[in-house]
Parts: sequence; C-alpha cells; structure tokens
Amino acid sequence: MTYIPKPRIDLPTDRINAIGLRQRDYEGVLSTLCAGCGHDSITAAIVQAFWELAIEPHQVAKLSGIGCSSKTPAYFISGAHGFNSVHGRMPSVATGALAGNRDLTCIAVSGDGDSLSIGFGQFGHVVRRNLNMLYIIENNGVYGLTKGQFSASADPGSKAKKGQVNQMQAIDPVATAIALGGSFAARGFSGDRDQLVPLIKAGVRHRGCAVIDVVSPCVTFNDHEGSTKSYAYTRKMSHKAVEADLVPPAEEITVSYADGDAVRVRLHDGSTVLLRKNDPAYDPTDRSTALQYLEKHRARGEVVTGLMFLDETLPEMHDVFGTTSAPLAETGYEALVPGKEALAKLQKKMR
Amino acid sequence: MERTDISNPAYFHQVVDCQWGCPAHTDVPEYIRLIAQGHFTDAYMVNRESNVFPGILGRVCDRPCEPACRRGRTGQKPVAICRLKRVAADHRQDVSDRLPVIPSEKNGKRIALVGAGCASLTVCNDLMPLGYECTVFEALDKPGGLMRSNIPAFRLPAEVLDEELGMIVDMGVDLRLGQRVDSLAALLDEGYDAVFIGSGAPKGKELDLPGRTEGDANIHIGISWLESVAFGHTKEIGKRVLIIGVGNTAMDCCRTSLRLGAADVKVMARKPRDFFKASEWELEDAEEENVEIVINHSPKAFVVEGGKLTGMRFDRMEYTTEDGRIVDQRIVDEVVIPCDDVVLAIGQENAFPWIERDIGLEFDRWDVPVVDRTTFESTRPGVFFGGDAAFGPENIIWAVEHGHQAAISIHKHCQGESMAERLPPTLNLGSRKMGMHEWAYSNDFDPAARRKMEHVPLLERFKALSTEVELGFDAEQTAVEVERCLNCDIQTVFTDDLCIECDACLDICPTQCLTITADGPEEDVETRLKAPRLEPEQPLFASGPLKQTARIMVKDENLCVHCGLCAERCPTAAWDMQKSLLHFPKAIDHGPATCPTSRPLPQRKAG
Ligand SMILES: Cc1cc2nc3c(=O)[nH]c(=O)nc-3n(C[C@H](O)[C@H](O)[C@H](O)COP(=O)(O)OP(=O)(O)OC[C@H]3O[C@@H](n4cnc5c(N)ncnc54)[C@H](O)[C@@H]3O)c2cc1C
Ligand SMILES: Cc1ncc(C[n+]2csc(CCOP(=O)(O)OP(=O)(O)O)c2C)c(N)n1
Ligand code: SF4
Ligand code: SF4
Ligand code: SF4
Ligand SMILES: [Mg+2]
Repeated sequence: MTYIPKPRIDLPTDRINAIGLRQRDYEGVLSTLCAGCGHDSITAAIVQAFWELAIEPHQVAKLSGIGCSSKTPAYFISGAHGFNSVHGRMPSVATGALAGNRDLTCIAVSGDGDSLSIGFGQFGHVVRRNLNMLYIIENNGVYGLTKGQFSASADPGSKAKKGQVNQMQAIDPVATAIALGGSFAARGFSGDRDQLVPLIKAGVRHRGCAVIDVVSPCVTFNDHEGSTKSYAYTRKMSHKAVEADLVPPAEEITVSYADGDAVRVRLHDGSTVLLRKNDPAYDPTDRSTALQYLEKHRARGEVVTGLMFLDETLPEMHDVFGTTSAPLAETGYEALVPGKEALAKLQKKMR
Repeated sequence: MERTDISNPAYFHQVVDCQWGCPAHTDVPEYIRLIAQGHFTDAYMVNRESNVFPGILGRVCDRPCEPACRRGRTGQKPVAICRLKRVAADHRQDVSDRLPVIPSEKNGKRIALVGAGCASLTVCNDLMPLGYECTVFEALDKPGGLMRSNIPAFRLPAEVLDEELGMIVDMGVDLRLGQRVDSLAALLDEGYDAVFIGSGAPKGKELDLPGRTEGDANIHIGISWLESVAFGHTKEIGKRVLIIGVGNTAMDCCRTSLRLGAADVKVMARKPRDFFKASEWELEDAEEENVEIVINHSPKAFVVEGGKLTGMRFDRMEYTTEDGRIVDQRIVDEVVIPCDDVVLAIGQENAFPWIERDIGLEFDRWDVPVVDRTTFESTRPGVFFGGDAAFGPENIIWAVEHGHQAAISIHKHCQGESMAERLPPTLNLGSRKMGMHEWAYSNDFDPAARRKMEHVPLLERFKALSTEVELGFDAEQTAVEVERCLNCDIQTVFTDDLCIECDACLDICPTQCLTITADGPEEDVETRLKAPRLEPEQPLFASGPLKQTARIMVKDENLCVHCGLCAERCPTAAWDMQKSLLHFPKAIDHGPATCPTSRPLPQRKAG
C-alpha cells in the first residue's frame, strides 16, 4: 500500500465526461491493499468504466462481502451508496437493496473465497434469481486477507507459496454461472484493462445478473512459480475467446465483420453488445457450446477470457415478481403502508 | 520507439525545468530542499557554485526559471524560486571558510579584464583559485557595472552588492577603479596572456525627433540618467515626468523619478500591453506605486516653448492583431501631453570606440565584434568577450554563464590546450528510498498557492532612494513556499526487467502520465497515451520491451509532479526515485591545478 494519499491535482487539460465529471470523481479513498495487487487494477477499471458511462455517483450502490477483494468498494466512487456485508452474504443484501430501489446501478465486488466457498449458495441463487446487478469476482485462487490459503477456485496441481500442492478440484465461476442459468457470464484479467473495461460496461448495461470472473493475481501470496493465478501464468495461458464492445444507443456501428466473426446483442436500454469471436464456430448465445468450449480449454490448462455467454431475454427478478415499475424507495408512505383495512382485505382474500 | 537513454545527462536535466531554464544551471530544487531543512548557508553555496551572486540575483534576477517551473503546468503559479534564493542569502552565515582557497604561489599567467561588471567578476571568481593574476580595469569609481550604476538601490541595496563583489575582489583581484581603457591595442601591448572584455552595452538609444536639441536640458537618456542618480550627481526631477519605452529600464526610471520628487509619472508605450518588454512583476511594482502606463502612444515630437520643454506630442495608435501578432496599425489622432522632463528608455547598444579596427579583431556589419558562441573568443586569439559586450544586452545571469564559459576558454588558452575540447556535463543518480515507505524528500504534494511578497508601505518607501521595497519572505511564507517545489530533480528511474505489468503505478499516478502500451513509432505511441501529450517539447520516456508482454512503459515527463507514488506503489521497485545530481564543469574542473592548495574546499552537502 501507499501511505501518501494520491493528491488531487485538477489539471486544466483533464478530460470531462458527459455529466461534467473528471475520472478522479469516480475514485475512492486510499487503497490499503498490497502494492501491485490485481484488485487495485480492477478498481481502476471500474473507475474508468463508470466514468465513461457517465453514471451519477449517487445513483450507484456498491456492495461486497469479506476479503481483500471485498474491501475494494471503498476505493472507488466515493459518492456512491455502499454496504460491506458479512462473509459470503452480499447477494442477500444486494437483493434487499434492489428490491427497495430498482433504479440503482448495482455493482457487487466479491472474491473467490467469498463467493465460491462460504458464499457459494448465495452466489448460485442470485445468479438464477437474475438480480439486475454487476457481480465481479476478483479471483486470485487464495484467501488473500487470511494470508493465502487455497480457495475453491485454486486449480488442482497448483502450488501454494510454501510448496503445498492443491489436490481438490476447482470451481469455475463462469461455467457455474452458465450452468445455473445465468444470463451473462464473462472472464477478464486484471492485467488486461483494454479487455476488462468494455466487459464491465456491458455488464453494467445488461439487465440481469452479469457475472464477471476476473483473474486478479495476489502479489503477496499467489504470484510465484507453480501458481496458475499469477501475472506470468495468466499472460502465458490466456486464451481470448470472445471480445466484447458496448456501443451506446445513439452511436452507429461502423465496423463490419466477416460472417460468423461477430454477433450483435441488443440490450434493453437500446445499446448493443458486439461480440467478436476468435473462433467462428463458437456461439456465445448457446449454453451447451459455451460449457463445452470452457471445458475443452480448461483441460489444456488455458485461461479462457471474454464474454462467454449472454442471454438478454431472461427475466430479471423484478419481472418475475411483477413488482411496480417505480422504485419502492420513491413510493409514498401512504401507498407503502395502506393501513389496517387494506391488510384485512388482503388477508381475507387469502383465507 | 527508441528506448530512452537516461545516462545522457541532458535527459534528466531537461526534466528539471528550472535548472534547464536557468542559463547558469542553478540546482534549484536542491537549494530549496536545503532551505526547507534550515541549511541556509549550504543553500547559498549551492547557488554560488552556479550563479556566483545569490544575494543579488535573489532580488533582481530576470528569473527565466520561473516561467519554466513545472508547478506552472499544474494550473498554479510557479514556485517563487527567486524569492527563496534571497531567503538563503539573507539567512546564511559567514561563508569565508567555504570560498575557494587562493594559492599564494601564482601560475605565472596574467589576465586583463575590461569592466568590473558581473561578467568580468565571474571570470575572476573562476580563475583566481587556479593561480591566475587578474587585473580589472573599470572606468567608474566603484565595481559592479550596471548592477551598481543602473539597478536602483531600492531594488538592490548597496550592502548586498558590496558583500558579494567583495568576496571576489578579496581573492586578490587587482582592481583598478577609475581607469577607462582607451585603446585595446595599447592594453594588448602590455603583454597579458589573455584579455577578457566585459564592458557591457553602455550606450542608451537616442530618439531623434523635432525639439530634441532645443529641449535637451530636460530630456534624459535612461541609463545615463540612472547612473547619474546612482552616483548622487542627479538629485531631483520635475513634477510631471514622461518615460518613453516600456522595458525594464523604463520601470526603473519611473520608480526612481517618484523618489526624486516627481508626482505625476507616465510610462508611454507605443503598443498594447501584450507587447510590453518589461517583466510582469516589474510592471506590477510600478503600478502599485501609481505610475500610469499609457498604451498606444507613438512619440512624434518634443514640444519646446520659450526654450523650455513643456510637453510631448504623440500619435494615438490603433492596432489589429491576429494570433498575438500586429497585422495592421492606424493613427487615430494626435495629442500633446504636458510634462517637465522626459526620460528615454528605449534600449541599449554596444559601443566599442576604444577598440581599434586593425588589430585582427573582426566586427560584423552591425559593428559588433564577431564572438564564438561556445568559447567566447573573438577572431583575435587570446581576446575574449562576455556579458552584454558579447552579443548585446541580456541580463545578469546570462553574463555570469558567459563568464564561466570564458574562464574555461582562458584557462585552456593559457595552458596551450584546445578550447573546443571541453568537459561534458556529468550526471550522478542516487536513490532517495530510505525504507518501505520512506523517501528522503518531502514528496507529499502541497496544494498551497504561491506566497506574496510583502512591500514597505507606499508612504515610507519614497523617503529615501535606498529604501529596499521588498521585505523578503518571513519564516511562515518560506515554510509554505519551499513545500510548493515539486522536487523535479528527484527522478523516476525505471528498470525494465523488474516490471510485472500490474498497472499499479499507472493507476496511482495523479496526473496519468504513465502508460503501458504496444511498441511502435513515436507518433503512433503518442496517440495511445493515457493523457494526451500537450507539450511536444517535453521529453517522452520509453522503456525497452517488458518481460511478460513485450509492451513498453512510456512516461510523458510533461505532467509528472514527482510525487513518487509510482515508486511507492510498485511491488517490485521497478520504479525508483533517484536524485539527479548534474555537474556542469567550470574552469577548475579542467585542471591541472597548478598548485596543490588551489582545490576548493568541499562546498556543498546533499539536501
Ligand atoms: C536600468 C537597467 C535595469 C536592469 N535590471 C536588471 C535586472 O533587474 N536583472 C537583471 O538580471 N539584469 C538587469 N539589467 C541588465 C544587467 O544589468 C546587465 O545585463 C548586466 O549588468 C551585464 O553585465 P556585464 O558584466 O556584461 O556589463 P556591465 O554590468 O554593463 O558592466 C560593464 C562595466 O564595464 C565598464 N566599462 C565599459 N567600458 C569600459 C572601458 N572602456 N574601460 C573600463 N571600463 C569600462 C562599465 O563602467 C561597467 O562598469 C538591467 C539593465 C538596466 C540598464
Ligand atoms: C464468517 C467468516 N468466516 C471466516 C472469515 C475469515 N475470512 C476473512 S476473509 C476470508 C477469505 C476471503 O477470500 P476471498 O474472498 O478470496 O478474498 P481475497 O482476500 O482473496 O480477495 C476468510 C475466510 C470471516 N471473516 N468471516
Ligand atoms: S494479500 Fe493478496 S489479495 Fe490481499 S491485498 Fe495483498 S496482494 Fe491483494
Ligand atoms: S517545482 Fe521546483 S524544481 Fe520543479 S521546476 Fe519548479 S522550482 Fe524547479
Ligand atoms: S512521480 Fe510517478 S506517480 Fe508521481 S506524477 Fe510522476 S510518474 Fe506519476
Ligand atoms: Mg481470493
């Protein structure tokens, strides 16, 4: 970490986004993570994506569980609402928050320990509930905060810092999310900002639960030789399958692609996600080919990245529950608490 | 793009914008840090090594370093570099034990110098420690040149001059005051081993308009008039005074007039304010004293009635400007402005009536001697020029640098060595890391604004010509101002193969001046920088290919505030903060010292 806060130096030449804010306005407090931690890099990608999307900071809810990764919401968008929940329980809190105010742009940050160990159940259910949120798993293969024990995403055969070899199977959050009926499943790498920022932007604009597994090296406990979540290993073994670009509603898509090289998916807000495939046979809108593809490359020790699966037609939680379109948070007291008589009427109906 | 060679001293030199802007390459951030630590004497000596006259320059330097200061690019005013120099000079202790030791045994070479201005005295300062015998001929009764005769005492007190000139004269210079050199040929006949001409640009420009001769009694040439005031020959002036011209001489003339009894002083400018030659701060100081600056008035004639000057006639002008240039001008009408005296301050020129034209010393078609820009030698071997005499009027700090360079040439000339073979500047880098998160400099960016110099109250300051107007910074102002310096000499030094491309430095950098990107031609890499490149003059650092992806680390030096966060954030110490100590060789470095006692004592201590 650094002990000197990053000074605020507004240069006359700084770029300003559509709502008059500088990128600095999307930053948070001084990070206390280890210098070089992948999580900090993801934080910077989030800052950049939200600045580029020109989202009002006070319209953002940022939530997390426990872990180094889960500390990071403090390091971006100071002006947003935040909640740091108990270990692995962030999805429940997020569900409550979005039930109360469906208009919030919700971003959740979790870790591989937080989501795939203690919070695995919560993770599974929020995915199938298709809660309208961006769910980032900062995946370093270890419990960083508690000093580097293997997590559930550690690959079998990978080595811990002191030499122990992991013997258990790894949970792949991308494959899991697709298998659970998720609507958006992607993988990025903290060391590849150019790929990650568009993924985050597409995830924010997607209506439903957008899971992005981001390989994020733990420089302190899992960046050595023998690790499969190090900077060097990820760079060597990464396999870019599908690149994604988010094209805002008003913008025209100018580049044309050869047949089969690109798929366009129109999002609910009118923007388009352009999926550029490196393998023409791959279909990011088909679950079974996606799962097969992931499995094939996993077996080769490769780290498949990109927007692997997208289905914009699946209903999100509010659609399923048929809730009012106006956020409860903005609904008047009278309507929310209609009184004793209304309750009696309701109960009568149920008898 | 081409990998940056940081072992070339010029690279990091340019990053230290102030030191790059200073003709004598004063190590500004180093002396500012020493002041911050309370080491005023050390700070003074760091200055003296380069600029020789810190007390003088701390008051009246033209400050080319300040417009260059990096702080000015953060949307703020530059560091008050000059004012801080004065702090070092005002608070230093006796430095006599730190001045170079002058060998009692001389090296047998005799140098004659014409004029006792800053140029000549710098030459003496550099040659006396090497055992040379220096004889200075000065026409006036006191040494100092224009610093004494023209820069008014309310800007530069006589005691400050005396003390700093004294340090050099006391090295044993044979100073012959009141001795004007009337013939260079005669001087050369006296058999000196070398002659240095530091006689300045002593001729004030004339304004030949109708009425000039008739009104002569009340029309004065600025630089001669200031000299006459400085030496007490002129003690008063009329109530209404017009100053013609709007350069720095004009500013000294108008403010001097106020102190000699004038009540209504107007500075008459031919052009609009954007075209003034005077420094912004000199204009401000004059306007604070209620001098009126009148623009767009072009002098036409002196109005003389009954044999006495009563006013001046001007054409009122109108200009059309485009991109800061005048493209068209018109006369609107004509006005007469009444006055009692006129001071002409429209420039100075070189004049060498005392140099014979048949002694092998070539003059060009403007009748200015031909002088080599590197060696300062004229076309007659062994005769050197420096200061205003070399290439026309400049300022003190340029005269000092000329003096340093000429001294090297004279030394080489006298030792029979080639003047072209001069030692190059050298660079020394040393890490400023002290511990995990400790740096040996104050790297925390301080957003404070530039401190303002306090002045003696208006009523007070006109009582005596010698009342110094600027009070100097007090302890609190100094404490704030030193922290404004960004320590541009503490350089970001990058080691390619340590970098794991984690992006931590890119994200922590408060000005987004770092980028990791694919290699390519410079024009192409430029388009991929995180923040747009605004100053093509400022260098771009490029690393070699990085280990993991073969991309390169690029740094736009333009906006780096030297906060050190990149180095602090880097998990592998691929970035380090290192002090660049630049050394610009002087005569003494071009040894051999002829006498063992002639080495100077160690002059400085690291800040
Ligand atoms: C009014 C005014 C204000 C200025 N203010 C500033 C300022 O604030 N800051 C700044 O940096 N610069 C200022 N300058 C410019 C600065 O003073 C000069 O650039 C500088 O003094 C040049 O130094 P020098 O050693 O070359 O010559 P000078 O200082 O001109 O010294 C030359 C000396 O040679 C003597 N001399 C000339 N001919 C002979 C001869 N034949 N025999 C013997 N002696 C001779 C002269 O008497 C004089 O003493 C100012 C100039 C003027 C006119
Ligand atoms: C209920 C509960 N159990 C255990 C812990 C101890 N604990 C803190 S963080 C953590 C693991 C975090 O791992 P991960 O989510 O991968 O985050 P990382 O630090 O690796 O980013 C554990 C087990 C806890 N805080 N609370
Ligand atoms: S322990 Fe690992 S995960 Fe936690 S901050 Fe340090 S590098 Fe990041
Ligand atoms: S901030 Fe300090 S070191 Fe940097 S240019 Fe200005 S004075 Fe020089
Ligand atoms: S010192 Fe490093 S972090 Fe600070 S401005 Fe310069 S490059 Fe950026
Ligand atoms: Mg983890």
